[in-house]
Amino acid sequence: MKPLIHLNHITFSYSGTPVLEDVDLKIHENDFIGVIGPNGGGKTTLLKLILGLIKPDSGKIYFREDLPRHKRPIGYLPQVKHLDRKFPITVLDVVRSGSMMRPFPFQNKNDEKEAAMNLLDEAGISHISTKAIGELSGGQMQRAFLCRALISDPKVLILDEPDTFVDAHFEGELYDRLRILNEKMAIVLVSHDVGTISMYVKTIACVNRTLHYHPSNQITMEDLAVYNCPLQIITHGEIPHTVLKKHHDHE
Amino acid sequence: MTMNDFLELFSYGFFQKALLATVFASISCGIIGTYIVTRRIVFVSGGITHASFGGIGLAFLIGVDPLVGASVFALLAALGIQFFTEKGGVREDSSIAIWWSLGMALGVVFVFLTPGYTPNLMSYLFGSILTVSSYELWAMLFLIAILLAVFYAWFREILYIAFDEEFARASGLHVSGFNYLLMMLIALTVVLNIRVVGIILILSLLTIPQAIANLFTRDFRKMILLSILFGFVGSLSGLIISYFLNIPSGATIIFTLVLMFGVFRIIKRFK
Repeated sequence: MKPLIHLNHITFSYSGTPVLEDVDLKIHENDFIGVIGPNGGGKTTLLKLILGLIKPDSGKIYFREDLPRHKRPIGYLPQVKHLDRKFPITVLDVVRSGSMMRPFPFQNKNDEKEAAMNLLDEAGISHISTKAIGELSGGQMQRAFLCRALISDPKVLILDEPDTFVDAHFEGELYDRLRILNEKMAIVLVSHDVGTISMYVKTIACVNRTLHYHPSNQITMEDLAVYNCPLQIITHGEIPHTVLKKHHDHE
Repeated sequence: MTMNDFLELFSYGFFQKALLATVFASISCGIIGTYIVTRRIVFVSGGITHASFGGIGLAFLIGVDPLVGASVFALLAALGIQFFTEKGGVREDSSIAIWWSLGMALGVVFVFLTPGYTPNLMSYLFGSILTVSSYELWAMLFLIAILLAVFYAWFREILYIAFDEEFARASGLHVSGFNYLLMMLIALTVVLNIRVVGIILILSLLTIPQAIANLFTRDFRKMILLSILFGFVGSLSGLIISYFLNIPSGATIIFTLVLMFGVFRIIKRFK
């Protein structure tokens, strides 16, 4: 099966400083890839490249033929901290904004509204659809943005650190939801929390200027050392054998 | 002042024109101001406004209509600021300050070089709504037609880009094109409303009605409508007060708008 998205020998630099070098990554249907790496290691740059927000210096990004360049159904959940919480926009409008994704997934406005309301309903926040986005709690806001990412019925869902600023309860809920969504779409999840994501993802990509793909969700201390993976996260976060223990629990 | 004085005022041609000018200004500033405020580009608009003074000065010097000169300079500044913002290299706020001061500096020099006295200069700096001409009113009406057409055709695109530009870009919207279009509309709105309150005070018409509207709503559409309403009430009452007290209209309009904001803010607080 051809990958949905194929990053082929991608190199990117910001004003002369190399951020990503010779990166290869294939995203197949039903993949669940956890992207980890230190801050400034190029995780967000990788996402921006996939989203087409920036262009690689060299290398090419191939989309499967049924996902032409200007019509790629990628659902995107950005880091919400950059957004203006005072912006006068309702929750429903935020969700509907996700359907501007080409090609327009809806025939008319009513279908679109209904789809948005259904998604909000599934997320358990349809009762606050007319509230301004800034009036929501962190968890509710995250859910609303996930609805926005899903309304275009994407083939690939990309999430940028969805576990920041939400409580542990919502985090668990989110990952359960992702597991269900993963049956219908590939998921690429960026996180700084190796411990948590390795419980849920199927494979792991370590990004630290170069990208090392681990075809399983098991990462050992040796792997990290060999691939020059984000050791700082391990030392600041959960200790390695805890990560492994969780894997065993899961299998 | 008797009731008759008050009613008689509305029969004067110059006052009818001024009244129309407040209606038109409220509509265009209500729409564009909401965009500016929510997108947090008030400073950008200040840069464009002040840059237009260079055009007014040049128009005095070479003897053309000051509004034409102002339009050209404002549009150039708008495109310039947007260009440097997108290409990077210069910090955005620094870039704005450069256009802002360059425009003013050029204006000062051009006015200095203009032979003789330039009697209208003050009316462009501080506004002169009672001397607004029919031709200027037509221009304001034309601007409103353009604004309504653009916001009717692309309301959702404009809203979504203003809210989350990166997401809109990732969705495949022509974000850059919309940014340039809206910047040009900001430039034209600023220039065509200069006669109402002047270069120095125009930012107030683009921000105070929105601040009042924001007390009552957090919905973009309603914010536009309420801004138009509050803008109109504030500028009309300012205009009438200034006429009877015989004080400058532009400044009085600012006072009434700020007063309205203060009163509503306090009412909101104790409700």
